[in-house]
Amino acid sequence: MGEWFQKLADKFYLCFIDDARWTWLVDGLKNTMIITVFALIIGVIIGIIIATVRSTYDKNGEAMKKKGGAGYVVLKIANAICNLYLTVIRGTPVVVQLMIMYFVILVNEQNGVIVAIIAFGINSGAYVAEIFRSGIMSIDPGQFEAGRSLGFNYIQTMMHIVIPQAVKVILPTLWNEFIVLVKETSVAGYVGVVDLTKAGDRIRGRTFEAFMPLLAVAIVYLCIVIILTQILKVIERRLRKSER
Amino acid sequence: MNDNVLIKVRGLKKYYNNGKVKAIDGVDIDIKKGEVVVVVGPSGSGKSTFLRSLNLLEMPTEGQIFFDGEDINSKDANINLHRQKMGMVFQHFNLFPHKTVLSNITLAPMKLKKMKKGEAEKKAMELLTMIHLQDKAGEYPAQLSGGQKQRVAIARALAMDPEVMLFDEPTSALDPEMVGEVLDIMKELAKEGMTMVVVTHEMGFAKEVGSRVIFFDEGKIKEENTPYEFFANPKEPRLKDFLSKVLI
Repeated sequence: MGEWFQKLADKFYLCFIDDARWTWLVDGLKNTMIITVFALIIGVIIGIIIATVRSTYDKNGEAMKKKGGAGYVVLKIANAICNLYLTVIRGTPVVVQLMIMYFVILVNEQNGVIVAIIAFGINSGAYVAEIFRSGIMSIDPGQFEAGRSLGFNYIQTMMHIVIPQAVKVILPTLWNEFIVLVKETSVAGYVGVVDLTKAGDRIRGRTFEAFMPLLAVAIVYLCIVIILTQILKVIERRLRKSER
Repeated sequence: MNDNVLIKVRGLKKYYNNGKVKAIDGVDIDIKKGEVVVVVGPSGSGKSTFLRSLNLLEMPTEGQIFFDGEDINSKDANINLHRQKMGMVFQHFNLFPHKTVLSNITLAPMKLKKMKKGEAEKKAMELLTMIHLQDKAGEYPAQLSGGQKQRVAIARALAMDPEVMLFDEPTSALDPEMVGEVLDIMKELAKEGMTMVVVTHEMGFAKEVGSRVIFFDEGKIKEENTPYEFFANPKEPRLKDFLSKVLI
């Protein structure tokens, strides 16, 4: 028994303490978080824009068509572009998108982290867009009419009245997307980024020990997700409070 | 044209399903400044659609709506500017649930008229005093009763200093004991000379406050008269039938 523990301790030393390999994991974790956070920011911006275009077309398209003019044509084209984007992004694996971004589109960008942020941001945008759209559609049309009847134009009504309420509705779902994104970034190693997963894999390559580093990586992901889930619970509790 | 006329409607039509459903089928009406026009009629008669067409919440299929002498249904009219002068009150209040009572009222003046916050809040408090809800300024709509919500909705519309107030069945969603408090505010407004178009089932209100009562049926104005004549000597058989069925 003692021998078994000794073996385990040796392996632990080899994988994490020797050569300060635990710092590899810390650096990897840093990259993972940087990619996730910035990708989410890009995703939310893209998401809001696309959701606004798509719900405008759904809600207002008929009225604009009747009034005629350039506005309707622009909206129709924008809506078509958004639909194409959603179809392509949601229809292809994120790893493939990431590699296309790194090896085809942004060939001159050497910093893999930046490429990963852009690729995951664009990918996430498609999912966030649908989350936002469902939020906007869930708001009572009477809210929209009340805004318009006061003299707000379409965009002002969206900004001051509809989107603030929609955000409240979708916050839990949006946070969930954040949690999903953390784990999705684990494929960043495909384009030479040393994220948490890749760091663990490198330790495995150096030490020929698979169990310890991969278990460590899994535990770190699990901890992040548990923490984020707890934060989500707090958010949901807060939101319920303000409803009363 | 008579410059006393605030809203002039000509040949207003609203069709759905390519003309299969005729919600409004040719309406002409002049609404003078200071008038209280009460619109009654059976449900599905098009009276709400008519009211909502006046500020283009419903896009008319055909027709002209002159407000202050300008056709707001023409392509180059800026409807957002006209709507600022046409306050609207809805059946289901439609207060903004994420904002306090005070910010519900100050939002439009601050964003659209670029009013300073202090000034807008001062005005909002005056309006809240008028509707006897000055102590509710900091609360959220969810904390108010139906009658209180509707009074706040009226104050919100008044905050833009409208030239006309459109009421779309303002008391239909209220508990019976709250109808009175909302009607009282509306009566007060009428007394102060506000031009009002009111779609309602409150015949008592029509009788007492209306300068004119209009009977809507099948998308048309079937009869219009002074309140006294309207209720005492209805001419249309459809109106007689309608009046015999509603409690007055």
